[in-house]
This record gives sequence, structure tokens and C-alpha cells, in this order.
Amino acid sequence: MTTRVGVEVSIALADAVKLANPDVIAAYPITPQTHIVEHLASLVADGELDAEYIPVESEHSAMSACLGSAASGARTFTATASQGLALMNEVVFVGAPMRLPIVMAVANRALSSPLSIWCDHSDMMSVRDSGWIQIVGENGQQCVDNIICAFRIAEDKRVLLPVMLHLDGFNLTHVIEPITFPEQEAVDKFLPRSPFPLPLNPDKPVAMGEFAPPFIFTEAKWAHEMVMTNSKKVIKEVWDEYEKAFGRKYYAVEKYHSDGAKVVLMTMGAIGETASVAIDEMIADGQDVGQIRLRLWRPFPFEELRESVKDTDVLIVLDRAISYGGPGGPLASEVKSAFYDQAKKPKIVSFVGGLGGRDITVAGFKDLINKGVEIAKTGSKNEYEIYGVRE
Amino acid sequence: MEKYSVYVPRLIKKQENFAPGHRACIGCGEALAVRLAFKALDNNVIVVNATGCMEIVASQLPNTTWHLPWIHTLFENAAAVASGIESAYKAMRRKGMAVPDNTKIVALGGDGATSDIGLQAISGALERGHDFTYICLDNEAYMNTGIQRSSATPFGAVTTTSPAGKKSFGQFSWKKNMPEIVAAHNIPYVATACHSYPFDLMEKVKKAVNTPGPAYVHVLNVCPTGWRSATDTVIKLGRLAVETGVFPLYEVENGEYKMSLDLPKLKPVTSYLKGQGRFRHLSDDLIQQIQDRVNLDYEKLLGKAKNGNKRTARNSKKGTAKA
Repeated sequence: MTTRVGVEVSIALADAVKLANPDVIAAYPITPQTHIVEHLASLVADGELDAEYIPVESEHSAMSACLGSAASGARTFTATASQGLALMNEVVFVGAPMRLPIVMAVANRALSSPLSIWCDHSDMMSVRDSGWIQIVGENGQQCVDNIICAFRIAEDKRVLLPVMLHLDGFNLTHVIEPITFPEQEAVDKFLPRSPFPLPLNPDKPVAMGEFAPPFIFTEAKWAHEMVMTNSKKVIKEVWDEYEKAFGRKYYAVEKYHSDGAKVVLMTMGAIGETASVAIDEMIADGQDVGQIRLRLWRPFPFEELRESVKDTDVLIVLDRAISYGGPGGPLASEVKSAFYDQAKKPKIVSFVGGLGGRDITVAGFKDLINKGVEIAKTGSKNEYEIYGVRE
Repeated sequence: MEKYSVYVPRLIKKQENFAPGHRACIGCGEALAVRLAFKALDNNVIVVNATGCMEIVASQLPNTTWHLPWIHTLFENAAAVASGIESAYKAMRRKGMAVPDNTKIVALGGDGATSDIGLQAISGALERGHDFTYICLDNEAYMNTGIQRSSATPFGAVTTTSPAGKKSFGQFSWKKNMPEIVAAHNIPYVATACHSYPFDLMEKVKKAVNTPGPAYVHVLNVCPTGWRSATDTVIKLGRLAVETGVFPLYEVENGEYKMSLDLPKLKPVTSYLKGQGRFRHLSDDLIQQIQDRVNLDYEKLLGKAKNGNKRTARNSKKGTAKA
């Protein structure tokens, strides 16, 4: 029987990776990803996980080794954060068009400078257009469940794309949470081996990663975009299957008292759980508020988003990253474009906050929501507000 | 060696794993080296190619020159990609998954991909001890992007980013000694080779690939386009690079140095430099500097080699040349 245990989320995530039985793990240590890869290294060292652990000399090589491994047909995992993701950026962009089903956990952390080891989503946004499927976790259980789903989505023949699971650094990676682990047997059943269709194999030579002249490059991009867009169907299917097997259901847009609510707060990541407490208290105070949390960043769930706030007047979007000189946080600008040509749309208010590990407390969220409602009424001279900044 | 060259051509397989139809320049020494290297090997090889001339001339969707499984991803990461492939095969074999036995991995990179931008990835892969062979295809500059200097460009050579001018004589630094850097990793096999010594090259590649653990072969390739030399002097220039001591052929097997050729006396470097437009501007003084440096490096190398020690002792001054 499955039981609930208290585990640090990084350790739980590594244990979930173990349940997925990867063949190769290539990783380079970076705060706050370290506990994930340390635990995997010890699982390999103890013989509890039969995999090759490649202790590479950089994140660039971590992702490069993952390319080679996945291209050979091995189930492949890595994890990184912040500067590590920035250093491997070049390689991240290569894997997806090559259709290599790598799974990577990103312990979200601010990008330098100034140096910060604490959480925000600037690293996530730096790979927004890398062509990876990107799932965002909010708590330990979601990370455990979604890392298993990630392998199944990535390896599905209709998808064959790498999958990134984002989880907030420290706020999520380093906290102890109650986790229900799926049974190994059930995971094996849920995640059967799905051989990579054209691996590097001397018995059947293939050429991978050739250059494309202009006459074919656009078609290669189009093919990638088609498979990315169509992957949403598979992602939903996998989440449905997961519910059947393990009883927990995931949605691209998770609704929290948002149906019918006039004011809705939109969050992404672990900070959303603090926001939920604020929402609870505000509802108890008789306020008409709700929340939606984005779980699927790429492919972006346009329809689900529109549906989830169809009765909403004010949609307050919280970003944990800045697009300097741009129209607002990266999430808010996506949301705005989702509603631009809609006849009925909520007033969208963009906040940037929680940068470099800055907390937003329950009281802070209440304040933020009230401010958002005020801005929706009166308008603002700014495209977006940086919440809590000391000017 | 002489006997070897009589019977070996009959033993060389006819199959071209690096097949005709690629778009290398006329007289490309590098394409020749690659062709020979893969004639020395069986078909149980996976090729990892760094971005560069050999990647560009052999690739272009939807065609390929290669009859072997081949992967290109980026410029600086061939050794890391090879690490991933090697580890994947190891794990999948151990876990009973269907993979062919005895699969060899060969990474190819130019001098820039090897001694500049990819140095870290190579060092990492060597240090970790992956079972693979790295072949550096050294044509002494970034030829694919239009003849820019690399750390492997020789002193005094003109490239598009080390031009000679009123205040410059061309490349200002001495060629980075990549084989020595690799040898310092204490890997089981390191060798230098040149397309102008085909049997030696093939033997070394074969030895490297069949050596368990990391192996490295540094191949000097004459590049008529970048060296501003005649296309019909490619083989000759390769031989002169070796005979002048500019590019000595040797092996380092488990730390033991061994000279590959018996050269009682080195030819003066001028015989090598004069056929190349990239050295045309050099003054006598600079040529003498090159000669002195070649003599010094060659002596040092002989000192390290088991079969070089005796000769050094026997004709310590005679072994080297004057410009």
C-alpha cells in the first residue's frame, strides 16, 4: 500500500526519477538543484538505481551528454538551475528539434547579476522558446507525479520532445512535504519502455543533426511547432491515465475557487500555495476572489486559460521575472495576447514580484490583490507594477 | 615500414564509410585523413562530429556522406556527446536492452573545436575515463568560417584574424601543444599522425579505437585553402611538416613516449614554410625563431621518448636543423 511520508522535495523528486528507471543521468551541481543530483548519485552508488551517473564538468556538457545518451535510445535525466541553465542554454535549444526525449528538472533560481541563489523565474523565461515542453510544479507531490508523467510524455511517439519540470528553488526544493510515492510496479506499468525510433546504432546507421539550408529549415521549424502544439492532447491524456492509475489529477490550468469569481489571481510555482491561503481568508471575509495556477507553460494552454476566467472581471497576473522594457512580466504578456482578440475579456493587471527570493506573505497577497483591483478601476500609467519595491 | 606499405594496400578495405560526394575543397587533407581513418575501422563505430569543415562538407539535409551512424550537435561539445553515448550503451547493455556488442565511439573535431572552444569538454571526458576515441583534425585555423586564427595556428602564420601588417607579423603566439595537454590526463593512448603517412595514421587510429578507455589522435591536415598552398603539394607539405620536426609523429602509450619515425636529421623548416602563402611574409629573423623553437621542442620530445633517448645522446646536436 502507498503511504504518505514526510520527505524533502528534492529527495522525493530524485526518488521519483528512480521509479522511472532512467539509464543515464548527467549532471553538474548548482544551488539549489544539488540535493536532487546528490540523492541520485547515492542511489546509483548504492546499487538502488541501475544507471550511469556522469559527473560532468559543466552544465553545457551535462546537456550535451544527455543529447548523446537520448540519441542512443537511453532514458535520460538531468537537473539544473539558474546559471547552469544559462550555461547550457545553447544545448537546450538543440535537443528539442532533434526530438530527443530528455527529462530535466529545473530548480528555479534568479539569474545573475547581482548574484542570487534564491528563487524567481528568470531562468525559466530564458528558455521559454527552446521548444521543450515545460511543466511547472507547485508542491512536492506534483513534482513527484509530474516527473513520472514527464518521461511518458517525452517518449510518446506522437511527441518525442524533451520535457522540463520547473520547481521553485528553496521554497520547494528544500522543504519537507508529505508525499505519497507510487508503487514501483504501478510505475513500470504506467511507464513502459518505448524504444527511441531511430537511435544511433551501427546496425542501422542514421545521420542526426545535419545542417539545414534555407529550403528546408522552415519546414523543420514547422514540424517542431506542429508536434509541440499537438503534444497538449497527449499531455492531457497522460494526466488522465495518471489519475486512473494513481488517483491524482492534473490540469494545465488549475482552478482554485475561480469559477464565477469576479477577481482572479494567476500564479505559477510554489508561491501560488501561499496565495491560496490569502484567497481562503479573503473568501471567508466575503470577498469575491479566486485563483488559477498555471501548470503547463509550454505548450501554452490558451483555451483552458480563457475558459477558466470566462466570468472574471479582473485577472491579476503575478510574474516572478522581468522582461526589461517590455509590456509586463513574461507570463502576463502571454495572458494578454491570449485575450487580445476575444470579445469578452477580463481587465488584466500585471504584477512582477517575488524576485530573487523576495517573499510575498499571505498579507502581502491580500494587499497585492486589493491593489490590482484598484488599478483595474483607476488604470495605471505603468504597463506593470513591481510589487513591494522600495523606489 | 617499407614491407608494410607493399602489402597493406591490399588489406585496406574498399568500402568507403566516408563516401565520395562530399563538398570538401580540392586537395583537402582533412577529408583524406577522415577517409583513411575510417577505412582502418570496422563498421561498429558511432561518429560524433563537432561543428566544422568535416561536419559541413559531409552533411546537409537530406543527404549524408557517412555510412556510419553519425551525430552532430554543436561546436564545443563532441567529447561530452560521446560521453553520453558511451554511458548510454554501457547502461543499456548492462540492463539487457537490445544494443549491438562492441560498439566504438569516435569523436571528430577541428583544431578550434579541440584546443579552443571544446578544451573543457575534452578534458572532462578524458578525466572521467570514457571509452572513446577523440580525433583532432588539425588544419591550424578556423578554416570553415574563413581562415581565422586558433590557438593551434603556428607562430608567424597569416590568417584573417592574425594578418601581417606594419605592426604585426601574423600569429603572435606559439601553437598550443594539444597532444601534450591530452597526455597530461594520463589516458592510455595518445598519438600524432598525418595524412601523408597513411599507414601510420590508420594503424594509430585502429590502435586508439581498440584501446579500452579514452584515446586521442591528433592529425595534422594540410589545408591548401587556408595555408595558401598549391593543391598538388598537400602530401608533400604533410611530409615536410614531419621531416622538419614541425609536427613530429609519436605515440604516448600508457605514459611511454615512442617516436614513430626514424629521422636521423631534420630538414630545415624553410623547406616546409616556403611552399605556403601564409608564411610568405616572414623575415629571416622570424624564420630563425621558428627554427630554434622547433629544434628545442623536438629535442624535448626526443628526451621523453624511449627510442629517442639513445639518439639524443648519440647525436645531440646533429639531430636538429638550422634554418
